[in-house]
Amino acid sequence: MSTLEQPPLNVADIDSVLAARERGVVAALVHSQEVWILVAVLVIGAIVGTVAPNFLSGVNIANIATNFCFIALIAIGMTPVIMTGGIDISVGSTLGLTGVTLGLVYSAGYPFLVGVLAVIVVGALVGLVNGLFITYFKLPPFIVTLAMMSMARALTLVVTNNQVVYDFGPAQETLLALGSGKTLGLPNVLCAVIVLALVMQFVLSMTRWGRYVRAVGGNEKAARMTGIPVDAVKVSVYVLVGATTGLTALFLVGWLGAATNALGQGQELQVIAATVIGGANLLGGFGSAVGAVIGSLLLEVIRNALLLAGVNPFWQGLFVGAFILFAVLLEHVRSLRR
Amino acid sequence: MPLLELRNVSRHFGAIRALDGVTLAIEPGEIVGLMGDNGAGKSTLVKIIGGNHPPSGGDYLLDGRPVHLGTAAEARHEGIEVVYQDLALCDNLSSAANVFLGRELTRGFGPFRILDHAAMRKRAGELFRELKTETRPRDLVMRMSGGQRQAVAIARTRLGRSRIVLMDEPTAAISVRQITEVLALIRRLREQGTAVVLISHRMPDVFDVCDRIVVMRRGRKVADKPIAQTSPEEVTALITGAKAAA
Repeated sequence: MSTLEQPPLNVADIDSVLAARERGVVAALVHSQEVWILVAVLVIGAIVGTVAPNFLSGVNIANIATNFCFIALIAIGMTPVIMTGGIDISVGSTLGLTGVTLGLVYSAGYPFLVGVLAVIVVGALVGLVNGLFITYFKLPPFIVTLAMMSMARALTLVVTNNQVVYDFGPAQETLLALGSGKTLGLPNVLCAVIVLALVMQFVLSMTRWGRYVRAVGGNEKAARMTGIPVDAVKVSVYVLVGATTGLTALFLVGWLGAATNALGQGQELQVIAATVIGGANLLGGFGSAVGAVIGSLLLEVIRNALLLAGVNPFWQGLFVGAFILFAVLLEHVRSLRR
Repeated sequence: MPLLELRNVSRHFGAIRALDGVTLAIEPGEIVGLMGDNGAGKSTLVKIIGGNHPPSGGDYLLDGRPVHLGTAAEARHEGIEVVYQDLALCDNLSSAANVFLGRELTRGFGPFRILDHAAMRKRAGELFRELKTETRPRDLVMRMSGGQRQAVAIARTRLGRSRIVLMDEPTAAISVRQITEVLALIRRLREQGTAVVLISHRMPDVFDVCDRIVVMRRGRKVADKPIAQTSPEEVTALITGAKAAA
């Protein structure tokens, strides 16, 4: 490791001390979890590629590039939630609720844009309820969103009356084109992931709101004492993850061509796993949107590789769990060193 | 004229008299040690000066004019800053980010504003240089020593035009070398014309840096004299009540 350290500073010269970067750019990359997870993705890809050559085929890569997006989109929204030290386990149910909302709005004959607005508003409302209970009643995020997980799923079942929606009225063509079409050679949903990840990363590091999200996760009491609107920041992250989940429903239903009430079941765990694997700290304070995307990619690569390698799919959960443990251990080791 | 003057200030919590007719003046650029046993009224006094509590009775004057400070923000606006014992820092942020927490510098136009990281690092670096502390603006606070953390909390008070800094037990939980560092920081605040009220249990620190010492017991001021005219023995006697007043 010594090659990565800085040369000794002349401590008598206070200006040279103050100007020093703690780490160079290369060292910062080597210390970042995103880079290591990306390396893991490439290594797994190379190994599986030699064992099962069709893993690296164009069709399969296109499959992976679409499949991981439905986790990644929500994981981008989950990142600020986890950075404030919160959690939202209701996103799977919210995905279901917004998905069937979309189906019902379109089958009732409303135009495409109304559906887009509807999923974002319904998702944001779910987040608003979560956020208000968490901040103003000071209830633990885990419990509030656990309750919401149950309620949103129940609502999904009630409004669909256990029917699958696959008639999307006049919006059908646009919706299906959005779900399976491409822009600049990339699947639309992948473009959405890339744009949203870059925007989120920018907002987190370059705006007051992003700074406050980090501060709330780092020391909520200190944030409050310095006059940061802590409650508003906390509500905003839940609203944002809800809206992102609604947006994901739009792409997911468009891709599947049907809205079922089982949509998103169990997906909250994959989303949280992806976010944590990508470097978000469940205690708050740290996280990155790009990391969350790479974490989602890792989960999908594992799933896909096991499938192609002919491994009984029942084993998948074991590998995913092992990677969660690995990521948390990595984070733990890094926090011991600092 | 004193910078800050309390005249006959009292504070009651129900039947409990936390402060009982305290009169105190603080001149610009002086370091006043505030000592007393637990429950002597030090914290209440600091909370009144810092705007956290309104006094139940008596007058609070700044530059000779009476003021009524309702909140800590109002006190800060008047140039009165409090450095709390737990420092109120975010470990996961850089020292520059902590100095500017809640008062971030931005650039851009209209509602489209982004953080001006470079300007904040530059200003934080200047503040650290003024305080002659080896604290780097880019470093995360979690990797800093107790003395450096204290420097970050003090640098935060220098952002506004602070005239009085109240420090609550700044040397209570840090190593001997860091104590020396913090005491040097306090002297540097005085050099820049800021008055410091140092609340401390540590006799050596108070006798090291303070110009004047105020001793509280049971909500009353029992002594207020220049450091040269007293001794640790006398102060101990005043704190415990072995000596009634001086």
